[in-house]
Amino acid sequence: MQRFEFVARFARNRGALVGACLILFVALMAVFASVFFPTDPLRIVGLPELWPGEDPEFPLGTDSLGRDILSMIVHGARATLLIGLFASAVATIIGVGVGATAGYFGGWVDEIAMRVAELFQTIPNLIFVLTIVVILGSTLTNIVIAIGIVSWTPIARMTRAEFLSLRDREFVQACRSMGMSDLRIIVSEILPNALPPVIVLSSLVVAGAILFESAVSFLGLGDPNVASWGRLVGDGRQLIRSSWYICAIPGIAIMITVLCLNLVGDGLNDALNPKLRDR
Amino acid sequence: MAGELVSPTPALRGSARRTAALRLLRRRLIQAVPLMLGVVIINFCLIQMAPGSFLELMTAENQVSDPATVALLRKTYGLDDPVWMQLLKYIWALLHFDFGFSYRQNMPVIQAIWIHLPATVLLMVSSIALAISIGVAAGVVASMKVRTFWDSLVSIAAMFFYAAPSFWLGIMMIVLFSVKLGWLPVGGMMKIGGNGGVLDILHHLILPTLALGLFYAAIYTRVMRSSMLEVAQLDFVRTARAKGLSRNKVTIHHVLRNALLPVVTILGVQMGTVLAGSVVIESVFSWPGVGSLLFDSVSSRNYPVVLGIMVLGSLVVIAANIAVDLIYMWLDPRIEIR
Repeated sequence: MQRFEFVARFARNRGALVGACLILFVALMAVFASVFFPTDPLRIVGLPELWPGEDPEFPLGTDSLGRDILSMIVHGARATLLIGLFASAVATIIGVGVGATAGYFGGWVDEIAMRVAELFQTIPNLIFVLTIVVILGSTLTNIVIAIGIVSWTPIARMTRAEFLSLRDREFVQACRSMGMSDLRIIVSEILPNALPPVIVLSSLVVAGAILFESAVSFLGLGDPNVASWGRLVGDGRQLIRSSWYICAIPGIAIMITVLCLNLVGDGLNDALNPKLRDR
Repeated sequence: MAGELVSPTPALRGSARRTAALRLLRRRLIQAVPLMLGVVIINFCLIQMAPGSFLELMTAENQVSDPATVALLRKTYGLDDPVWMQLLKYIWALLHFDFGFSYRQNMPVIQAIWIHLPATVLLMVSSIALAISIGVAAGVVASMKVRTFWDSLVSIAAMFFYAAPSFWLGIMMIVLFSVKLGWLPVGGMMKIGGNGGVLDILHHLILPTLALGLFYAAIYTRVMRSSMLEVAQLDFVRTARAKGLSRNKVTIHHVLRNALLPVVTILGVQMGTVLAGSVVIESVFSWPGVGSLLFDSVSSRNYPVVLGIMVLGSLVVIAANIAVDLIYMWLDPRIEIR
């Protein structure tokens, strides 16, 4: 019944609950984007620069070319969320791999792994991302990998700490005395126990990755075939004197999504460590 | 960490403290060498991965097509050497602050960066100052009035500024304060044709500082609040209260100083992200700093400048972390940093 307790603790945190609901809403929006708006969001459908509410057909207005902003936001949700999720997945895979190896083997392996982590924390993150994207090309894959590369260090540290505290427990010693291989102990014995706090952290990494991606796209270095929210803000930038809403709306979408992810992450954290809750 | 100070050693005094600080400095400088080497090697790998050598780019930009000239250039830049030789040459050049030549600015890379540096330093310093003052003040208020309206207000504001993309915040402030109200300039560092008087620059500095600084203010507020609450429960605070000191006096003289430690740590860790953040903000406000240079170089695929900024940026981060360790030692003499 531990699981129910966990859910109950999470649900008691109102902020986290609201955040989870909104995230679910954004995710559904992303999944069913082409059901609600089957046409290409980048197609011109009406008069340019219609303010939100001016024409009931376009509740959030149209941009400088006459494209439906609501449709672009809904389709952009898919791009933004996917990039965030995949980048976080890349960061989690690298981070868990490095952290688990470092924590399990200790000694010089640990020393080297932590120096490498320090190295990646030294290079200013966004500058690193921009450099990678510029040199390897602005494709979706490169952006996802670049964001993953600058975001894995906290996950590695967390995984390492968990492994350090678990590696000498009795059940691990029992496995070792049974002659289980290191790889098997790491993957099937320690990892499942170390995972919960790591997953919480990766949900926060998603929020960070979305902010990274939006900055990269805003600077015009995003994948030219993908209309993420950051790019919509960048596209609207030229028109802030006449139609600032074109810029404002996608930014609000980014802010709400990141805010909710943070709330959910905090909520999960509190539910995992009830002792820390009142901090 | 502030929370782990269970067995305090007697505070070091005077000259002993100075030697300890020097020893720490030396150890940190030695540790910085492999770190810097790592940054350079990553850099070098990135250059190697770039599609088309920078020579091709250079010759294309300068419309050199004579094969003899190209061969000569290949030789000058050592492109025919084995990779490890190129790496050694690269490191050797960097040791002499030779980051290559920027054809776009028609000057050495280091000089191009140097020219843009003051504007970025100004923006970073003012943003960090803003972030610390707002963060510490708001964190203290929230922790003193914990679980009241003020606490919630501070927490909600911090949550919003923590989630808002800084470039978007900047644009929205331009819309409000420059376009609608006309109080502040849209961008740039000084009036066109102006001579750059202090007041003029400060006038232009306000919005970029807010856009960059409020995100960090949000972080510091959260850290400061929880750190104040944590320190306030420690024994020495109870002793101070028991001595009959007023609550405000205890908060300012005993709690605040100790609660500042985590803020200082985060400041060091985040120096790099502040620098990176200024890239975006400089682009929004046409602020003529290193960020603008980077953005321009990124758009024109001017790799030597991009890589130079990356190496120097990492150097700044390393220096900031060393400085933080020293400040830490000064704030809490009990701490012995490994």
